[in-house]
Amino acid sequence: MNKPASSPSLSPDMARTIYRKAYLINRTDERFRAMLTNGELAVAYYPVRGHEVIAAAAMAALETEDYLVTTYRGLHDALGKGIPSRLLWAEFAGKRTGTCKGKGGPMHITHPETGVMVTTGIVGSGIPIANGLAMSSQIRGENRVAVASFGDGASNIGAFHEALNMASVWKLPVIFLCQNNQYAEHTALAAGTSVSSIAERAAGYGMPGVSCDGLDPASVYEAMSEAVSRARAGDGPTLLEARTFRLLGHIFGADFSYVPKEDLSAAEERASMTKLRQWFSERQVSEKELTQIEEDVDAEIDEAVAFALESEPPDPDDIRFDIYETEQAA
Amino acid sequence: MSAEKTSFAQALNAALDDAMADDENVIMLGEDVADEQGGGVFKVSKGLSGKYGTKRVRSTPISEQAIIGAAVGAAITGMRPVAEIMLMNFITVAMDQLVNHAAKLRFMSGGQTNVPLVVRTTTGAGVGFGGQHSDMLEAWFAHVPGMKIATASNPADAYGLMRSAIDDEDPTILIENITHYGMTGPAAVPGYRVPLGKAAISREGGDVTLITYGRGVGDCLKAADQLADEGIEAEVIDLRTVSPWDEEAVLSSVAKTKRAVIVHEAVRPFGAGAEISSRIHEELFGELAGPVRRVASYPSPVPFAKPLETAFLYSVADIVHAARETTQKKVQ
Repeated sequence: MNKPASSPSLSPDMARTIYRKAYLINRTDERFRAMLTNGELAVAYYPVRGHEVIAAAAMAALETEDYLVTTYRGLHDALGKGIPSRLLWAEFAGKRTGTCKGKGGPMHITHPETGVMVTTGIVGSGIPIANGLAMSSQIRGENRVAVASFGDGASNIGAFHEALNMASVWKLPVIFLCQNNQYAEHTALAAGTSVSSIAERAAGYGMPGVSCDGLDPASVYEAMSEAVSRARAGDGPTLLEARTFRLLGHIFGADFSYVPKEDLSAAEERASMTKLRQWFSERQVSEKELTQIEEDVDAEIDEAVAFALESEPPDPDDIRFDIYETEQAA
Repeated sequence: MSAEKTSFAQALNAALDDAMADDENVIMLGEDVADEQGGGVFKVSKGLSGKYGTKRVRSTPISEQAIIGAAVGAAITGMRPVAEIMLMNFITVAMDQLVNHAAKLRFMSGGQTNVPLVVRTTTGAGVGFGGQHSDMLEAWFAHVPGMKIATASNPADAYGLMRSAIDDEDPTILIENITHYGMTGPAAVPGYRVPLGKAAISREGGDVTLITYGRGVGDCLKAADQLADEGIEAEVIDLRTVSPWDEEAVLSSVAKTKRAVIVHEAVRPFGAGAEISSRIHEELFGELAGPVRRVASYPSPVPFAKPLETAFLYSVADIVHAARETTQKKVQ
């Protein structure tokens, strides 16, 4: 297993970009949970607390044209990739102005303009689809890479194994980004997975397996950049594991007393946003810049929430459209 | 139609060849489809990797989920993949990709993405392949909004349906009957299209409508010959597309004949015949001279031994019998 070399340093520009994304993800997740708690919205939601840095730093290593396939726990990935907040919020609220016209919801966020091609609610299913995106880029001689984002639990489903083998055989420009948060629904990693590091599984498919610290922006950014370079150079796929800890239950509102208290509090300490802010302030992002980023993001979220709440719901007649290319009978 | 004769396999090969020549977005992937691996187990893709390269005609690992997943991913970027699932039973391994993704991405994305995917697959009883290589599963997919499913009864339609399915912006499964590959018939002229969702009247008649598709068409035509000897004129409708099916053609024929028999190789319970029969009863109940009949295979797994396989498959005699029943004409 390769370990990325310890980070030299992110450029101040990149550090600002990553902090902005991480803060946006964290605040969006928090705001969303607050609205679920107070009853302003009522939808199934899979919190992303603990995953902010992975999405922020990994997506910062991509271009807008690069493809992403993510999962139902995917708010962080979509925001990291650059989906406009208002389109995301309106979709979460089930509105016609949402990115999927209210037809997909939180589990199926799609926005091809920013490369968010598929969000799937089926564990592991996006991994083979990312291969297809990468295959398209390869056949057309484009420079795009595809990223399949998924959890540690998904590395136990057949689609993962079929897809990694195929990607390796065809040297596809794809990155398998496993966000290892230590829990597959309610089952701890060791209870359901034969390896302690998902990156070890790469060996079975003849591709590099890299593990990075998912709470360290430089570690994620470095490892992701390396995998992206490998893919763009035509050298094939990488299995990149970013290790973190899921700080909340599987789904919003669910019990997670099965997580040992000491593990949880240690992880909360490591994943604290105050600590993250400190990390960036030590890397040439000034207090003024950090504050400006936070104010901008808070305003962006306020505006997006207002847009989502004010928007009209879909018309019942909309159901006839987008099943096939041609509209269906009433 | 040209005067030239062609086989089913040659017609499919020509359709793929012409589609790949016309549009560089058309690609193929599946187990053993490239020439180095034999050009497909039934030689349908023979010569195509040589002509278009192995980037566009890819032999895959035996990984049905990965095959369909890759095809779905390529399709949403605007490519037009033709994925081969060697035998229809193997499609069960890829159901998630087809049902949860190919069929639904257009809707779930609010029309931002769509999946112009064709899945070619073969199946059919009668050749001793037993329980896991012979099932007709079209009704499973007909039950999935967003999916289309079609099957040809002759080489020219095989060409035309393939071209239309490749043109189509939505996912289509094309079933090839394993007993059909060697069948010959008039060749389609290059560029011929059979529109999806449109049935053909294979034989006209005024006494009873036989509604079928795929292998059933040849069997219904044989039955119609026998019925004609008895003075019963059967109209044979070849649906060609099982879903979405041509209700208009079926209902207008049955409105004329007042009698209908639905024939398919798939087992009867919850088969396509159940939906078609139900729609006929809903729309034409008062006009029917008798209840709609269904002729289908016996609801067991497809057996291996010949006497059992014969007991499983419907027969031409079953069709004749059902048609007679609807017209209440008894054997003399």
